[in-house]
This record gives sequence, C-alpha cells and structure tokens, in this order.
Amino acid sequence: MSVLILADHDGRQLKAATRRAVGAAQAWNAPIHVLVVGDDTAAVAADAAQLEGVARVLRVDAPHLAHPLAADVANIVRSLAGDFQVILAAHSTQAKDALPRVAGLLDVAMIADAVAITAPATYVRPIYAGNLLATVESSDPVQVVTVRATSFPAAGTAAAPAAIESLPAPAADTRVRWVSEAKNTSDRPELASARVVVSGGRSFGERFEELLGPLADKLGGAIGATRAAVDAGFAPNEQQVGQTGTVVAPELYIAAGISGAQQHLAGMKDSQVIVAINHDPDAAIFQVADFGLVADLFDAVPQLTKALEK
Amino acid sequence: MKILVAVKRVVDHNVPVRAKPDGSDVELDGVRMNINPFDEIAVEEALRLKEKGVATEIVAVSLGSAASPEALRHALAMGVDRALTVETGGAFLQPLAVAKLLKAVVEREQPGLVLVGKQAIDNDAGQAGQMLAAMLDWPQATFASELQIEGSEAVVTREVDGGVETIALALPAVVTCDLRLNAPRFVKLPNLMMAKKKPIEVLDAAETGVDFTPRVKRLKVAAPEQRKAGIKVASVAELVEKLRASGVL
Repeated sequence: MSVLILADHDGRQLKAATRRAVGAAQAWNAPIHVLVVGDDTAAVAADAAQLEGVARVLRVDAPHLAHPLAADVANIVRSLAGDFQVILAAHSTQAKDALPRVAGLLDVAMIADAVAITAPATYVRPIYAGNLLATVESSDPVQVVTVRATSFPAAGTAAAPAAIESLPAPAADTRVRWVSEAKNTSDRPELASARVVVSGGRSFGERFEELLGPLADKLGGAIGATRAAVDAGFAPNEQQVGQTGTVVAPELYIAAGISGAQQHLAGMKDSQVIVAINHDPDAAIFQVADFGLVADLFDAVPQLTKALEK
Repeated sequence: MKILVAVKRVVDHNVPVRAKPDGSDVELDGVRMNINPFDEIAVEEALRLKEKGVATEIVAVSLGSAASPEALRHALAMGVDRALTVETGGAFLQPLAVAKLLKAVVEREQPGLVLVGKQAIDNDAGQAGQMLAAMLDWPQATFASELQIEGSEAVVTREVDGGVETIALALPAVVTCDLRLNAPRFVKLPNLMMAKKKPIEVLDAAETGVDFTPRVKRLKVAAPEQRKAGIKVASVAELVEKLRASGVL
C-alpha cells in the first residue's frame, strides 16, 4: 500500500502545509509519493523531493495546468489512483476543490480536515465549527483525506532527494477555463503557516492596517481578521480566520478587538499562546486567552508595538 | 434556464451543541433547527438570477429525514417556485449519498445550473457539490463570491487561499456558494404563510436506486479539550513581560 500526496504550491515553491501533509502521512507507515501538478514545476518538485519520507515525486506539467482547475487535477489523480490506497492533501482551497471531485469519480467517501489519524482508516475531525470532535472510521478501499496542516508535524529534510518522474498530462477539460486572479502580494508570511498572527475585529474601522500592520511587522507575523472586519471592507477576504476562513494554530495569536464568536474561535483556538486585548472584560475571547488585557485597543495596540521596539 | 438549489436543515448556527452523554452522537433533541446559512445564500443567488431574467424556474430540493421540509419552506418563502424532497426513511446521509441522490434529481429535473452551499455548518464536510459535479461529469466552481451568466457560460469569481480567482464554466455546471456571494433577503411573514400552502413534492429514495449506506462510521463524538484558564494583565508592559517569560517573543 502507498500514499499519494497532492502537493499545494504557488508555481514557485511548495507550501509549508504540504510538508505537514507528508508528516501526517507517516501514520500509514507506507511509501509516500508526492504529485506536483502545474506548469514549469521543476523547483516545486525539487522542494518535494527533499522531504524526509518521500519515496518518489510525480510531476505533471502542461501549459494548461499553470492555474490548475479541479476538473483537470481530479482527472490526473484518478488516473493514478489505482496504485494508491490513500490520497491525501493539506486542507487548502485547492484540495477542498479537487479532492471531493476525486472521491466522487472513485465512488468513495472523503474525510475532510482530519486533525488526528488514530489508525490506518480511523480519523478525528472537527464538526460543528470545532465545538465537537468526531472519531470516524472509513470502510472504503481508497481513503481520500485532507488533513489540518497545523495539527501535524512538518516532515524533515531527507539525506538524499527522492527520484522525480515526469508523467504526461491528459488533455485539458475544455468546458472550464481560467480567466484571471487577484492575489495578495504582501511580503508578510502566509496566514496559515505564520509563527505569529495578529488579528483584529471590526472596531478598528478604517485604521485596521494602520494599527495592526506595524505590530505584525514587528513580530514577523501575518495579519488575520474576523468575518465582521472582512464584511465591513476593513480587511481583505483572505485574512479571515474562522470556520469559513483560514484555520491557524500559530505559536502566538494576538486577538485585538475580537469578541470571540464560535465561528472565529474555530479558526484559532489551537494556537499555543493566545493574547486578547478588548475593552469589554466579559468578552468570550478572554475564556480562551492565556493573557488578557482589558484596554482600549486604539491605545493598547500602538503601545504594544512601541514596547516591542525596546 | 432552470436552476436547482439544494438546501439542508441544520442546527441553528447560534445554538451551542453538545455530545450525547454516551459519546455516540451529537445531542439534537429539542435543538432549534434552521436552513444551512450557505444554502440560504444559494437560494438568494438563484432568486437574483431569476429577477435578472436569466433563470426561468427555481426548484429547491432537500434530502433526508421527515423534518427537512422546514428548510424547503424557508426557500419557498424566499421565493423559489417549487420544492421537492427525497424521503430516505430517516437515514443519516453522508456527502457521497447526498451527491448520488442529487444526481438522480438532476436527471429528473434537467436544470441548467445547480447551486449549493459551500459546506453545511453541522458536518463541515464541504464535499457534496464537488462530488455531484464529478458524478454528472459537469464543470464545477467552488467558493463562489461572484456569479455572472454570460451566454452559455457561468463566470465565477472564487475565494481561494491568498486572494480570488475567476474561472468560466460551460453550462450546465455546479456552483458552490461562499459567504460573500450575497446577503440573503429576509423572509416576510405573509410569504411564510403563503409558503405553507405551496405543495412539496415527495420522491421516494428507494425509487432512485441509489445506495445510501454510510461508508464512514461515526465511532465517537466528544468535546475538544478545554484550554486552561489564563490570566488578566494590568498593562501593556506586564503583557510584554509575560510573553517574554513564556518564550514566544
């Protein structure tokens, strides 16, 4: 039995979450093969080949895969599925898009967002916005699984790189075409894998970036936001932390002006250290915070930024 | 063009849920239920396409237990034309079974577009739409935050890690709806009363020939480990001191 991992990458480098998916795959104690789908993916494939525990890297390159679409990715994975008993990926938007389609093509169930693998077909996954954990057992011959990257250790670097093999790309599904994208071009670390996340709620208003930006930069962290701050237009969509946004588990999470709705807690309550800054001493966020400061955030956030400069 | 919208009845998003004492399942007795919020967004989008003259008829479908008409009544009150339910005799439906039953409904209704929520807030699986697209061999667009019908194509802007992406799909297609696609309209009381008079067609799941036996067994449901209570600090200086001492700075 072997494990196939669908790599997540931006065309230039492997995302940190894939390293953790490789870490999660150790649970099966079986050969791990990593699939890299894209266009001109030599650098990404080389990154993947360096990961400890990876036996082989499969590259599928074609111009039409420069922005891989679910239909094409699913067709490629299905064509390989006969050789694998586990098809795994980190729970990214690419995997959430493509892997259920793979499972549908293979007529098997899928396990989404596993936070633990307790036996070869037994998983723990959050349900109801992380308010409950369900332990589930799959009876399918092929296990299609996404894992919550932050719940698993990252694979180390191998002594010698794995072999890289190029495979031909199937023809594009012509019924769907990529039109354009608008990506965040920030120099800050990616939200899902940042060591520090500084998050704010709606009460920052137009001063969201002005106040949180310097604090995040001081800490080398990423900026997160509540759904309310995003909906009000103070922060971009991709900064949303929560059940419907990104799930993070950094070493340090600073929640400023965040009340602590279930939807938001689902996305950050596994952080190692949580700091809450809120003017309301009864805010729910204080129940999960290791260190709470009851203060006006327009005073406290700049003060904190300044204190860190010393 | 006819639009099919799938709606699910779930525990209201404001209700805290608990595990049953024996850990066998989620405690659902006497818990307030509501339409899944993402499905409400899907219904709203279908209504807007009808108001623009793009859609001619909107059919809402719900699957499963006898109580699921609640979600359909809500959709009817919002303005969908017709509703149908697939009766499964109370079986617990997993995404794979949902997709198969929806496929049977699609084959019966022949819609030009299927709209579903991106995920249900109970099981948080986020799979049914993609599985349905796979089984129908239709194109899919997930996590839609904008949807335009241009001729025989659906042009969809999707929320992806790190930003947004726009793709174009040849119809028929499946689109799963994200939070920022729209703000669903409020249901007015008279419309809710009128919706109670609209018939809901009931299909028997047995007649679809779909095998909806669960492939995944739920072994245990439990509350996650609670975090230890923290402390309140009096000043920014004390906060920095504590953070330095804990080693995260």
